[in-house]
Amino acid sequence: MSNEKNVSFEKSLARLEEIVAGMESGELSLDDMIARFEEGQKLIKFCSGKLDEVERKIEKLLTKEGPVETESFPHGDTPDADELPLG
Amino acid sequence: MERNDSIWSVSELTRRIKGTLERGFGAVGVEGEISNLARPASGHMYFTIKDEGAQIQAVMFKGSQRGLGFTPKSGDVVRAFGEITVYEKRGNYQILIRRMEPGGKGSLQAQFEALKKRLAEEGLFAASRKKPLPLLPQHVGVVTSATGAAIRDILNVVTRRFPNLHVLLAPVKVQGDGAAEEVAAAIGRLNEIGGLDVLIVGRGGGSLEDLWSFNEEVVARAVDRSQIPVISAVGHEIDFTICDFVADVRAPTPSAAAELVVGRKDAFTDMLAEYGRRLEGCMQHVLERAKHRLTRSAQHYVFREPSNAVARYRERMDTVDQRMRRELRGSMQSAQQSLDWVSSTLQQRSRSAMQAGRQGLETSSRHMEQALRLRQQRATQEVQRLTLQLRALNPLAVLQRGYSVTRLDDGTILRDASAVRAGDHVRTRLAKGEVLARVVEGKEKG
Repeated sequence: MSNEKNVSFEKSLARLEEIVAGMESGELSLDDMIARFEEGQKLIKFCSGKLDEVERKIEKLLTKEGPVETESFPHGDTPDADELPLG
Repeated sequence: MERNDSIWSVSELTRRIKGTLERGFGAVGVEGEISNLARPASGHMYFTIKDEGAQIQAVMFKGSQRGLGFTPKSGDVVRAFGEITVYEKRGNYQILIRRMEPGGKGSLQAQFEALKKRLAEEGLFAASRKKPLPLLPQHVGVVTSATGAAIRDILNVVTRRFPNLHVLLAPVKVQGDGAAEEVAAAIGRLNEIGGLDVLIVGRGGGSLEDLWSFNEEVVARAVDRSQIPVISAVGHEIDFTICDFVADVRAPTPSAAAELVVGRKDAFTDMLAEYGRRLEGCMQHVLERAKHRLTRSAQHYVFREPSNAVARYRERMDTVDQRMRRELRGSMQSAQQSLDWVSSTLQQRSRSAMQAGRQGLETSSRHMEQALRLRQQRATQEVQRLTLQLRALNPLAVLQRGYSVTRLDDGTILRDASAVRAGDHVRTRLAKGEVLARVVEGKEKG
C-alpha cells in the first residue's frame, strides 16, 4: 500500500540530492540556478508532506482470522503480568 | 554447646547434619538421568537422579512444575536446580527441585545449537535473504504481548519522538505452551492484512526458558516466510535467539527496534531541512556574485556617464565642422576679393588688356577651386578618423576583431605577462562568451 509512495518519495529525494549537488558545483547559469532552486523547493515540500502523511494511530488487532477488526490501544502504564517470573 | 564424649540423640544429630548440609550447599544445579519416577495423587514428583557412579533423591513439588516446558519421564537426562534438604524422618538427604530443563542432547542449549545449525545450513540466515527496511516506514505491525514490557517500551519511544506513525499490535502470548505458535500465526496474519511496512516481533528480557518461544522452528519459519521485513527484538542485548538470526534486522531491545523505525523518519526530516539550507545558500551565493559583477560593470565610465563620452566626441566633431565652415568662408572671401580685384583691374585696363585679364581670372578661379577642394578633403578625412576612433573605443568592437580581454581572479585586466604565474586562473572575455583558463607560463616578450 505504501510501496508506490515510498518509490516516489525515494525518487524525489534522489532528484533533490542531484539538484543540490548540481547547484553546489557552481557550473550552472543563473537561469538554471533559479529553475533548479524552484524545483528543489517544490521537492522539499513534497517530501516533507510525505513524512507527515500518516495519521498517528495506535491500534490492537482483535481478530485472529477473517475480516480485520481493531480497537484503539491505550498507551499508559500497564502491569506486565505475563513477563513476571513464574512460581 | 560442644559436648565432647556425650551421646547425641538421633534427632539432635540429624538436625546438625541437616543444618550443615542445607547451609553448606545452598542453591545447586545437577545434571543426570531420571529413574524411579513416581507421581502420586498429590501431584508432586519423586524420583532419583543418577549417573554412572552415584544417585541422589529428588522431589519436585506441584507448585514448581508450572514452568516446566516438558513432561519428564524415567530415562530423561535433565538439569535440575534447587536446594539440598534433609528429610529427618527418613534420615535421607535430597534435592528439592525448583526448576528443571532437559539436559544432555535434549538440553535447551543443545536444541538451540542443533536448530541454529540446521537452519543456517538451509540458508535461512543468509545475508542475501535479508530484506532491506523500508525507506519510510509508516505502518508498523508489532507482534508481542499486549501487557508486556516490549509494547510499552515501543510505544514510549513512538510517543516520545511523536512522529506520525500507525502502530498495529497483534497481541500474543510470548512464553509458555503455545506461545511460539501464536507468534508464528500473528506474523502470518499481519502479512495477510497487508499495508504494513515493517514488523517488530519480540518481547522483553527473561530467562532462557522465558525466551524459548523465539527459539522455536515454527517462529523461525514464519519470520522467514514474511513478505514484510521483520525486526526481531527479543530480550536484552546479550540474548540471541533463533528469531534474531532469521529476522531481516536484529534489534537488541524492543526500544531499539522502535528507534530503528522512528529514527528513519527523523533522519529524513533533518535531511530535508539540510537540503533546504543548502539550496538557499547556493542561491544566495549566486545572486551575490551576479550582483557584484553587475555593479562592477555598471561602474565602468562608459556606463557611469554615458552621455559624457558621446558629448566629448560630438564636441570634437562640432569643432571640426566649425573650422571647416570658417575656412570655407575664408576661402570664399579671398576668392571674392580676388574677383573684385580682377574686376577693378579690368575696369582700369583697356580692352587690350582684357585678354590678359581674362586669363588671370581663369587662373584665380582654378586656384580658388583647388583650395576649396583640398580643404573639403581634409575635413572629410578628419571626420572619418574621428568616427573610427569612436568605434574603436567601444570594447565590443575590439573584441569583434578577435582581440580579447583577460582578467585575473580579482578582476584586474592582465596587461603584463609578469603579473601571472603558472597555475593562476584567468578569465578571458571574448566577443562571444568567456574562457576560464589556467596559465601554463607567463613569457615576457623582450
